[in-house]
Amino acid sequence: MIGDWFASNAARIGELTAWHAALSVIPTVLGLVIAVPLAWWASRSARIYPLVVGASGLLYTVPSIALFVLLPQVLGTKILDPLNVVVALTLYSVALLVRVVADGLASVPHDTVQAATAMGYRPWQRLLLVELPVAVPAIGGGLRVAVVSNVSIVTMAALLGIPQLGSLFTEGFSLRLTLPIVVGILLCLVLSVVLDVLVHAGTRALTPWQQKLETA
Amino acid sequence: MNIPGWFLDPAHWTGADSIPVQVGYHLLYSGIALLIALAIAVPLGVYIGYTGRGELLVAGAANALRALPTFGLLVLVVMLVAPHIGSRLAFVGPTIVVLVLLAVPPILSGTVAGIQGADPGAVGAARATGYTRPQILWHVQVPCALPLFLSGVRNATLQIVSTATVAAYVSLNGLGRYIIDGRASSDYTQMAAGAILVAIVALVLELGFLGLGRVIVSPGLTRAAAPTFRRNRTARPGPASAVGPVSPATPVSPSSPREATS
Repeated sequence: MIGDWFASNAARIGELTAWHAALSVIPTVLGLVIAVPLAWWASRSARIYPLVVGASGLLYTVPSIALFVLLPQVLGTKILDPLNVVVALTLYSVALLVRVVADGLASVPHDTVQAATAMGYRPWQRLLLVELPVAVPAIGGGLRVAVVSNVSIVTMAALLGIPQLGSLFTEGFSLRLTLPIVVGILLCLVLSVVLDVLVHAGTRALTPWQQKLETA
Repeated sequence: MNIPGWFLDPAHWTGADSIPVQVGYHLLYSGIALLIALAIAVPLGVYIGYTGRGELLVAGAANALRALPTFGLLVLVVMLVAPHIGSRLAFVGPTIVVLVLLAVPPILSGTVAGIQGADPGAVGAARATGYTRPQILWHVQVPCALPLFLSGVRNATLQIVSTATVAAYVSLNGLGRYIIDGRASSDYTQMAAGAILVAIVALVLELGFLGLGRVIVSPGLTRAAAPTFRRNRTARPGPASAVGPVSPATPVSPSSPREATS
């Protein structure tokens, strides 16, 4: 019976998984792109830092389902538009990452920053070529948390009918079938592990000096 | 679409599913779940933080929870358990179990991290003054753990309030009713009103926790955290140099003795 269910639903499960992956990954990437300049700004000013961290903390407080419902009002989209999910999760990712990136940038050793300044790096060169690379392990850690949380939060969108793996939960519930729910949960877990491993691998690839330190 | 009109309609303020009643249900279920979670996680967290046993378990639970789709877990548990309970409580019981399950890991990891992260200088000083180990735990480590403990409780509360909303899908009362019922009857105004109410409840609780932290956390702990930031900022050219005349070569009051000796 389990085999039958899989056979007749394989294509749809694949489609849902693809949607789910897209809805989790795109906001994480967008979140990082927005968070880096914001965090750089925050990390340079003792007045901006608490403001940015406080605001992002409050943003993170708003439950995802509330954000999914309210965003169409702001964006002028339809309630079923996946764009709502992308924007909501991008906001969460920014809120989570801005603090991590700001703290990562602040933890770059002074000697390193001063050496770069003394060598004639302009501020933007210093940010891109020195401070960001040194902060990569910290940023990577935040990115892993962000992408894994996103995989979990995306499922909430099933309550509104936006298709992704969470749709298996609502379908299972209305048909009183346990199997789709279990499959949905397992696929979510697999997806988050895969994405977590990918981010981790990317972090390591960007910081070759760390491996040398570990093996030395 | 008339969201202010929805809120001003007197019909939504009295009766069995009025706003005050649903807010009450939401806070009631959330409160029960939080109390049960505290009763489980605090003693366990103090024990693990004190003895150092089972730390891996705490880290594992926190990570697993982040990846677990809470909505799926909720639907699964309710579907498996509800048929075995005959009453109207059939949905409340399993839902509260799930809420507790979600709230325990953040409180647990906050408590453990707080107790283990207590300033080694303060612990050493207490030992030198002749404190016994239980005294060090209750008079030094536990007060030092309060900020991280509170942030764990805050995360747990957030998780509970958010998941209690979703639980309306499995017919739980609370603010999620407006969202789920509004969706079922294509009443977007009601959905939006429900979403606003949930957001307000979450924000009020968050601000409440921030206020609580100011009141009960020892001022000595919050002061220690500030100079770390200043020290980092002042070394850079730009607007940050306006912060103070502190030279980067002489870091002001390191937050822990480990930093001072390194």
